[in-house]
Amino acid sequence: MRRQVLIKSGEYYDSITLLQVSTALAKTDGVRNAAVVMATAANKELLADAGLLTDEAQKADASDLLIAIAADDDTALRSAFGLAESLLKDSRAGRDTIGLERERPRSVAASIAQMPDANLAMISVGGPYAAAVAYDALARGLHVFIFSDNVSLEDEIKLKTFAAKRGLFVMGPDAGTAVINGASLGFANSVARGEVGIVAASGTGLQSVMSALSQMGAGVSQAIGVGGRDVSDAVGGVMMLQAITALQEDAATKVIAVVSKPPCDEVREKIVKQLARHSKPTVVCFLGSDEPSRPASSPLHASDLEETAYLVAALLKSEPPYLAIDALAERDSRLKLKSAELRQKLNPSQKYFRGLFCGGSFCYETQMLLQRAAGVGAVYSNAPLDKQFGLHDIKLSQKHTALDLGDDRFTAGRLHPMIDSTIRNLRILQEARGADVGVIYLDFVLGFGVDDNPVGSAQQAIIEAQRIAATAGREVIFLASVCGTDTDPQGLQRQEESLKQLGVTVLPSNAAAAKVAGWILCQR
Amino acid sequence: MDIVSTLGRERGNENLLFGQALKVVNVGLDSFRQSLVDQGVGVVGVNWQPPLSGYIPLNETADGLSIDAINGRAVGKLKASRPMLVGLAVARDIVPKFSGKMLLHAGAPVGWRSMCGPMKGAIVGAILYERWAITEADALQLAASGDVRFEPCHHHDAVGPMAGVVSPSMPVFIVKNEPFGNLAFASVNEGLGKVLRYGAYSAEVIERLRWIEKILYGALARTIEKLGPIDLRTIISQALHMGDEVHNRNRAATSLFIRSVAPALIEHCAKSEAISVLKFLDSNDHFFLNLSMAACKATLASIENTPGCTLVTAMARNGVEFGIRVAAFGERWFTAPAPRVNGLWFPGFSESDANPDLGDSAITETLGLGGASMAAAPAIVRFIGGDVALSTQLTKEMAAISVSEHEAITIPSLDFRGSPLGIDLRKVMETAILPVINTGVAHREPGIGMIGAGIVRAPKECFESAFAYGASMFRAGT
Repeated sequence: MRRQVLIKSGEYYDSITLLQVSTALAKTDGVRNAAVVMATAANKELLADAGLLTDEAQKADASDLLIAIAADDDTALRSAFGLAESLLKDSRAGRDTIGLERERPRSVAASIAQMPDANLAMISVGGPYAAAVAYDALARGLHVFIFSDNVSLEDEIKLKTFAAKRGLFVMGPDAGTAVINGASLGFANSVARGEVGIVAASGTGLQSVMSALSQMGAGVSQAIGVGGRDVSDAVGGVMMLQAITALQEDAATKVIAVVSKPPCDEVREKIVKQLARHSKPTVVCFLGSDEPSRPASSPLHASDLEETAYLVAALLKSEPPYLAIDALAERDSRLKLKSAELRQKLNPSQKYFRGLFCGGSFCYETQMLLQRAAGVGAVYSNAPLDKQFGLHDIKLSQKHTALDLGDDRFTAGRLHPMIDSTIRNLRILQEARGADVGVIYLDFVLGFGVDDNPVGSAQQAIIEAQRIAATAGREVIFLASVCGTDTDPQGLQRQEESLKQLGVTVLPSNAAAAKVAGWILCQR
Repeated sequence: MDIVSTLGRERGNENLLFGQALKVVNVGLDSFRQSLVDQGVGVVGVNWQPPLSGYIPLNETADGLSIDAINGRAVGKLKASRPMLVGLAVARDIVPKFSGKMLLHAGAPVGWRSMCGPMKGAIVGAILYERWAITEADALQLAASGDVRFEPCHHHDAVGPMAGVVSPSMPVFIVKNEPFGNLAFASVNEGLGKVLRYGAYSAEVIERLRWIEKILYGALARTIEKLGPIDLRTIISQALHMGDEVHNRNRAATSLFIRSVAPALIEHCAKSEAISVLKFLDSNDHFFLNLSMAACKATLASIENTPGCTLVTAMARNGVEFGIRVAAFGERWFTAPAPRVNGLWFPGFSESDANPDLGDSAITETLGLGGASMAAAPAIVRFIGGDVALSTQLTKEMAAISVSEHEAITIPSLDFRGSPLGIDLRKVMETAILPVINTGVAHREPGIGMIGAGIVRAPKECFESAFAYGASMFRAGT
């Protein structure tokens, strides 16, 4: 085997481009392993793990590009390097075809010179750089949306304090999504414009509520993701409060939804106080809090994301909220019957649940519903509700397990599972081999910026998993929910149809799927 | 103003986001830009690179003054500058603080022991020329003895190409920056081949220097005295329309200079003198280089020592280190090892023969000429190993790290956009685009001369250390 690392000093490409090139190289005949990465400390570690790091490459810094290839022989190595160079060149050429692109600005300031009425900066550069870019944009009067994670808590506090003084928004860090003035940012669904204003400290939570509303015919005025840490003690809910206030004052917003993991007490109090200042109908979902739903209070309290959407829809139509709760309960009793039917497929040793999630909030909500609503007992996770149920080894599931595959520990050096299904596909096969696994649950997230065909990407893995189980003389129940709308590029209906054709049971929401999984497994 | 409208205005200020079309600046993943384009949302994609190490946004000085505003005023001075050739004089009579056994050299301070081959050769040549020693051996001994003081040209308002050695008896051009009155000085270009600036010190080199002192100096000084000051900015501006970038190509500017002096030279000098001077000018395509450099120095000197100003005022190389100076930090140098030139080599030479980058001539790039205006000089792009597209790209890159463009110095191939003006340290840090320099390459042994040419990027460490120094002087924002 031949191995070589080429260092190209000062050449920068974004991570998606580099992953595309790496993937293409790895698929080439004669190539054993390939990585095309910026020489950050984290990437160098990955190379070292893959046996691709040389002494020279170790000395490269984050502004250098590394092309590392291991191939069967010199010929394969040479042709792989040739391919790498041409793919990288093409990635630039592609940009150049769009007229003015040759002169793309190199900084936020230069962009503003080109577009003087710019009002928002969308930031998805590596975490260590994101704060500086965000600060620069704020100082120039732009609102910012920070998709990047790995921004320090200290920077988040500084940025939000600075922005709040100027009436600017900082969405994120680690904000998955937002819909501002009808435009979708980040991983966002295609939803109609309407009268519901949503503030969320969770990306998939926000996507879930707005997609469900959209499917019920209710549109969104503004959807603001503030990032998971906003409601922490340290950040103090600065942006959550600012967003609530803005929605309260926004004439186009008739109903407000607030979605978050339970904030710390102080922040919760501030939020409740701010909500009390205004009479606009509001639904609050502190996902995972011990409080029961309060469909008659003001503001209304919902206990999960689906219920949130139902209550908001009711408020919008000025219907009594309890009708929405009743409708859900009726639906649930039908699902219970369905669960009993599905249960028949399992043999007595198939006791456990395996949830493989793209959406962090879905993973969280599922653990909560499995434990609370269905009462299956402990659910282990890499992102557990309760620390004592943390997985010993994230590579191995134990008993009931819900995995957040968007966790840094799974995505280091890779794309998010919403874009690249590879990690989840491997895990589907792994779980199918477990003799004690009864239910495998997959969430699918549609919208802008994600996989063109998420179900299609998982299809082979699902078929193979079903075959593995069948060969071992058992059947695994596949459950799925799809977060999306009919107008999303992937089409909600098309995706759901494909799943059904694979023999997967498709539920209308994550909450419904979690409950069904619980009912299947605990009625045994 | 009544209370209601005050409240209304405040509320308006509180939320500038809702109710207007979203206009997005995308920094990072290109797929997000594409997704906004697909939705019909106005978006500009930043061609982002990781900033240089230590970068933080820096908008205000310690006194809370806007750095952008300070830089804007400084660039105004650069634009208003009119470098005029007002005459020649013997260095010791005109160059400030130039006395006794002192020699000036290119770049940041460097001691005899550390000097590169070509600079040592030029020092020996200058000692022989000054008759401080008669033999080479004596000259070497004197140079090493500590009895000769070596100081950078830049410390004396002067600039010199390659080794940049100026000795007290050498005639220098006097360039006056008209509206501000400051002066800059440069020696007279000796031509190509065996010349002092490449470290040659044979008899013919010393002979030529004496001829410049005895004949050329007097003739040109008299000519300019009769003619009045010569506007160098106008010559530079015209030369850029004729394919020069006035660093590595000075053919047009030299021709224009000859046109402007020839009639008066013939009128006011003895015929034999005039003939020999004109022949000398005509034989040297680079004669104008030293004038170009002095013009740039005179212009940039007008903003040296401007508090809070982050514009680069000098880039210079002493053959060992590359150094920069920044307006706010005055005389201080920020240095890093001189880079090796990515060049094309004359037949018989290779990279292993090359001296690291050398000379004060990067003062032209500091003012946005030379490599920064490469788009004006397509004729020499192959000389530096590039193509026409590269030349355009280089100039656009330099525009991205500059505060403005020079209205009076324009580039036809870019639809008469101005040459980039005012390299902002902060922009270099933020964009990680390093200034590009067109350069000739000296042989590392003294006296062999030019062995190639190419382009080189200023080393990032200079900017990182200047920024770190500055960041401690400026408030970081919050």
